[in-house]
Amino acid sequence: MNLHEYQAREILRRYGIPVPPGEVASTPAEARAIAERFGGKVVVKAQVHAGGRGKAGGVKLAKTAAEAETHAKAILGMTIKGLTVQKVLIAPAAEIASESYVGIIVDRASQRPVLMVSPAGGIDIEEVAAKTPEKIHRRAVDPRYGLLSHQAMMLGFALYKDVKQARAAADIMQKLYAAVYGVGASLAEINPLVTTPDGAVQALDAKIAIDDNELERRPDIAALRDVSSEAPEEVAAREAGLTFIKLEGTVGCCVNGAGLAMATMDLVKYYGGDPANFLDIGGSSNPQKVVSALRIITSDPRVKVILFNIFGGITRGDDVANGIVQATREFTLKVPIIIRLTGTNEQLGVEILRKAGFSALTDMDEAVKQAVALLKGKAA
Amino acid sequence: MSVFIDNATRLVVQGITGRDGSFHAKQMMEYGTQVVAGVTPGKGGQRFENAVPVFNTVAEAVAATKANTAVIYVPAAVAASAIFEAADAGIGLVICITEGIPVLDMTRVLPFVRERGARLIGPNCPGLISPAKSKVGIIPGNICKPGNVGVVSRSGTLTYEIVHQLSTHGLGQSTCIGIGGDPLIGTNFIDCLTAFQADAETEAIVMIGEIGGTDEQQAAEFAKREVKKPIVGFIAGQTAPPGRRMGHAGAIISGSSGTAAEKMAAFEKAGISVMKRPADVVPLLQERM
Repeated sequence: MNLHEYQAREILRRYGIPVPPGEVASTPAEARAIAERFGGKVVVKAQVHAGGRGKAGGVKLAKTAAEAETHAKAILGMTIKGLTVQKVLIAPAAEIASESYVGIIVDRASQRPVLMVSPAGGIDIEEVAAKTPEKIHRRAVDPRYGLLSHQAMMLGFALYKDVKQARAAADIMQKLYAAVYGVGASLAEINPLVTTPDGAVQALDAKIAIDDNELERRPDIAALRDVSSEAPEEVAAREAGLTFIKLEGTVGCCVNGAGLAMATMDLVKYYGGDPANFLDIGGSSNPQKVVSALRIITSDPRVKVILFNIFGGITRGDDVANGIVQATREFTLKVPIIIRLTGTNEQLGVEILRKAGFSALTDMDEAVKQAVALLKGKAA
Repeated sequence: MSVFIDNATRLVVQGITGRDGSFHAKQMMEYGTQVVAGVTPGKGGQRFENAVPVFNTVAEAVAATKANTAVIYVPAAVAASAIFEAADAGIGLVICITEGIPVLDMTRVLPFVRERGARLIGPNCPGLISPAKSKVGIIPGNICKPGNVGVVSRSGTLTYEIVHQLSTHGLGQSTCIGIGGDPLIGTNFIDCLTAFQADAETEAIVMIGEIGGTDEQQAAEFAKREVKKPIVGFIAGQTAPPGRRMGHAGAIISGSSGTAAEKMAAFEKAGISVMKRPADVVPLLQERM
């Protein structure tokens, strides 16, 4: 789960990291009131889960409160990478002497949290890594001891020659490390970490992503979820206990298991179709999950054919079949459905489907081929 | 022979009285796995299915039954703790089926397990099976056949799909291992390739990877240097969009890294035959064996 910049800044503040002031507004009038309170120049920043906000026109400098209101009016409601801006952050325009980068990720290869710092801050760190990898300093941390002071200092000196600034940066890194474990972050970035003309080191912009597996035990963090920033189908799917990701194609896929779901999408593509979604109904089956899955898939007007690919292990064929039959009693599917059903309780499932007028295939390849053929028949 | 589990496997089931634990404990017993103990705190002294003694702690189970392998079916909130407990009790092989363990918990679990000299398989995995010998986890026994193909995979049902293809075409398996779909796991592709290379019964290897991370790329380089047996590989997620978790916590393309294309290229470079679709596994293996 991604947090908005204003939420990430609040977490950094809570962990004692110096963050310049800033407040969030949902209307132009609120933006104006905040700007008046700050006085002087302010920055109006779109709060969306997307990079490249500046390039998209989502970050604007305002000289007066009236101008802040005008910018907020333009930015609120604008779409950046498909996401509608609902909130803006208003912050006094900071005078910046230098910009650097500090980030923590959990590195898969070393299986440890890794601190990454770079004196080349304020820009896309992936780009720095690709073009000038020597400008990135890394340090894997042993989670049993945490980020030790001398390790943080080494990284601090990689950013600043001045010992006071190096020390301030090291302190920020140790606090950021504590924040990562404290809130259950899978990624925490300060970009840029700035120095002001008077030498202070501050976190100007922050990005935090929370590991979804942490949310159950951290209700305070889970409450930060901004449902309005997600596709409504994905919200509905999550509430139904399904994993769903919307794509651009026309073949609605319903599969048990993430790997098989990806392989099914790939096979749709292989035979010349395009998947409309990724959907994993999960391990333990329950007819109601299948009903929810079909409701979500059929709500997409682009879907021209529905493809079920079920290889029963924990998931039982009869549960899936009952779910399909129940769904057709609750609403009409409108588009043809191809069902592949094999594994646990396959015979029971096939019988339930047959009685309801559906047929089922046992071979994945054949099912995908038929689904794509139906699509092409329809198009022609 | 086979890898990691065989007739000598003496299994303790952590969470044996739970919904998933009890169901799969029965399935494993029916398959012929030696389930020697169960653990559920507070239920020590009971007998599961009138046969398997239940203990309050793994340490008691090990002392009383000489269990050497543990499988974990407990809920995510207590699964990391269950891994710590198994490794602390001297269990040499711990298989964690549970999905949903926070990755930061795993940063602490993994060094602990290694220090105790234990091997962890998973978490978020279907476990493993050495057909006709032993099954630990949830892989359906009826789709597997004993034979000479070693299978290693990051997935569950996709593994069943491919194993099913193998079995129906007469290609039995030495061991099928699901290593798990999380970003931080105890046993990776290289560990399994090493074991299959050393196993006299295994004649060919099937590797089923997916988007996210660089485990497949590193395994490909390792295979080129160290593995003399033919390998056939598959990568799921060619159509996955970047930046989205495709069900598995570890199945995510970060920026431009961890794509299916890059992994398939690494396979090809290492001489691993790449399947374009799951049904290719049989002809490609027949070609190579």
